[in-house]
Amino acid sequence: MLASDPAKKNSFNRSINNGDLVIVYERHDNMKAVTVSEGTVLQNRFGIFKHSDWLGKPFGSKVFSNKGGYVYLLYPTPELWTLVLSHRTQILYIADISFVVMYLEIVPGCLVLESGTGSGSLTTSLARAVAPTGHVYTFDFHEQRAGSARDDFERTGLSNLVTVRVRDIQGEGFPDEFTGLADAVFLDLPQPWLAVPSAAKMLKEDGTLCSFSPCIEQVQRSCEVLRTSFTDIRTFEVLLRAYEVREDKLESIEGNGDGSNGSLPCKRRQCSDGGNVMSSPISSVMARPCIEARGHTGYLTFARLRCLI
Amino acid sequence: MSESNSSSSRVTWEGCSVLLDINDGDRLVFARLSPAAKLKIGNKNCSLQPLIGRAFGTVFQVDTAPNGPYLSPAQVNVNNAEEIGDGQGNNEMDKVNVNNAAQARDGEVNVESRDNRALVDNNTAQSLTGEDIEAMRRQGARGNEIIEALIANSATFEKKTSFSQEKYRLKKQKKYAPKVLMRRPVARSICEAYFKKYPSKIGFLRVDTLSLLLSMANVSSNSDILVVDMVGGLLTGAVAERLGGTGFVCNSYFGQAPYSMDIVRIFNLSDEICKRILRSPISDLLPKESPEQVLEHDVCNVESQSNDQTSALASMDEISHSSENGISDIGIENTEPAIEIRKAPKAGERPQKEIIDSWRENGFSSLIVAAPELDAWTLVRDLLPLLANSAPFAIYHQYLQPLATCMHNLQLEKMAIGLQISEPWLREYQVLPSRTHPCMQMSAFGGYILSGTKICNSTANSSSNRTVLL
Ligand SMILES: C[S@@+](CC[C@H](N)C(=O)[O-])C[C@H]1O[C@@H](n2cnc3c(N)ncnc32)[C@H](O)[C@@H]1O
Repeated sequence: MLASDPAKKNSFNRSINNGDLVIVYERHDNMKAVTVSEGTVLQNRFGIFKHSDWLGKPFGSKVFSNKGGYVYLLYPTPELWTLVLSHRTQILYIADISFVVMYLEIVPGCLVLESGTGSGSLTTSLARAVAPTGHVYTFDFHEQRAGSARDDFERTGLSNLVTVRVRDIQGEGFPDEFTGLADAVFLDLPQPWLAVPSAAKMLKEDGTLCSFSPCIEQVQRSCEVLRTSFTDIRTFEVLLRAYEVREDKLESIEGNGDGSNGSLPCKRRQCSDGGNVMSSPISSVMARPCIEARGHTGYLTFARLRCLI
Repeated sequence: MSESNSSSSRVTWEGCSVLLDINDGDRLVFARLSPAAKLKIGNKNCSLQPLIGRAFGTVFQVDTAPNGPYLSPAQVNVNNAEEIGDGQGNNEMDKVNVNNAAQARDGEVNVESRDNRALVDNNTAQSLTGEDIEAMRRQGARGNEIIEALIANSATFEKKTSFSQEKYRLKKQKKYAPKVLMRRPVARSICEAYFKKYPSKIGFLRVDTLSLLLSMANVSSNSDILVVDMVGGLLTGAVAERLGGTGFVCNSYFGQAPYSMDIVRIFNLSDEICKRILRSPISDLLPKESPEQVLEHDVCNVESQSNDQTSALASMDEISHSSENGISDIGIENTEPAIEIRKAPKAGERPQKEIIDSWRENGFSSLIVAAPELDAWTLVRDLLPLLANSAPFAIYHQYLQPLATCMHNLQLEKMAIGLQISEPWLREYQVLPSRTHPCMQMSAFGGYILSGTKICNSTANSSSNRTVLL
């Protein structure tokens, strides 16, 4: 997913090789992660796609099935990965993820602590932000989840940037070995306030913390605890509204609308006020918000470790 | 310069750029620290020398000494709620919350025995005169002592609700004991400061919108990011910060004159990172054959577009002027030009031929556009071919329509997939015991982003295959 070797760059002109992770794109709401394996096929409603046909093609190529249907093969990015990963838990999406990375001031070289790992959706973006010299240590108390996340980071090529560990962070806090070393801490836990004192201990002076909670009661309790050693405590909600765009012909009204000059017989309609509408369709590109939208994900509470001179 | 003198350092140094937040955002000043640099706070001229070698996040206060006022680190009062003694007995009144609370109306406090029915507003409430205060000062009283004296001599203070008491205290504190919080100038703080005080300079690019541009364009180490930055250099700086001294950010422009990149200098970018910021006319990046034609086309387009928008731009200017003293404050206040010269490698050099060749050969890893004055479609049509296949892009615009047209054309021309127009939405909350609610102030406008992924040119796209993919 990320170029660790500066010479190789993050250039997608590189062609697809056996063993590469590709994102198979059918539609914007239908994508799938596939590891290319010669001799294997991908089967979907468009037919059967032979992996061997993909080898040597550049990322971004359109490839065809035995029935002439097609899909696109895309280079994996954290954004695409979030859309295709297997949901073992609730996950964070692009709006929250982007804001978290920026607001925690995470840049290359940072050391970041995270709990829980969950499905690793956020972790993937944290890894991108700290690369190539930083590191993300992520903790989950669920052994199996931690294992699956580890497998995923192996698959996305991030295992040199991410370490997954099994630990009860609410019960035990973060390991002492990170005391005073973390640039940022991120919490997505059911009772985040239990982990706040440990997070404070881990952070460097002026280091940043973020806690994600779906419920306002969780936020309330977290903020109360944060006030002892943090400053600049701020809670946000971020959402994205998606728009759909289409070109359509709209009827335009000619004449003064009282029907007196409407002599053409074509497409005449009664208006609700009794006047006639003449149609002379004009094509225009129009946008409107999509009807279905995510109304709430969670509250993001940020804080900064207070400097005691 | 040593490694520590860079964006990652948590302690200031001589020549370092800082963001000074005076009285909880009332004034925001970008300054470069030097022994000679001075900042006027209230009616006092303070040297910034004491800020050198201090941790970011430190709060300073103005103290008086025989040889004039000076800034000294303020003792952080973790639990000043106890001083209020209002019976609530918790530590809710730290600096930030007081600030938030001040936005709420009196009487909203749930747990409150007093109300303001007995308060009469005449000017006799305060028995301390301006002369008294000056006299206290001459005797070396600190700001906090003056505030306590003002409270002790206020006839109405005791009758106020705890809420109004805190407001009173805060008002006096701002006047008699101003606080200066020293922050790290990073993409987040710079964007927020400009958005608050001078939003037109950054094309009204809100911090959450900026964060989305960076992730939608997959800005990551070792990538070569093509940007069109007409937001003062904020975008270029933010991308460079994420690249951390690897890859390149190519700040490109139409015509002969590069766009302003002043904001880049406010970031504390290390030399290694600065070297990764290159500036190039778009004509240099285009394939060799007849770049002239394409360019001319675009320039005239740009002109007609910006003429159309004259009225819109004028109204933005009004907005920014109305934010009064904010303007003069934002921007680097640098009294020592010598320091500027010492900062060796300048950001924004012309790329060398080999680098341009490698871009031509491999393509850019992604494209980000924040050009409020350019037409999105013509721009994307010309720049998208410069990207590698499967490269993501993100286009910001203040208006929806140019992006809708651009998206539609990209679909028709089958140049990209995964196309989406999104509008970021951000709401802040005041969180206090029994007083949690959305903040009164919210930015209703975060602009729009068109994002997508470039696909391989399916050779002359003649064989239009089935229906248009979204
Ligand atoms: C909602 S998920 C996190 C999702 C993640 N942010 C993502 O984007 O994929 C919460 C995780 O916290 C873990 N968790 C809950 N309590 C924990 C504890 N005390 N210590 C460590 N992990 C815990 C759960 O096992 C779960 O995987």
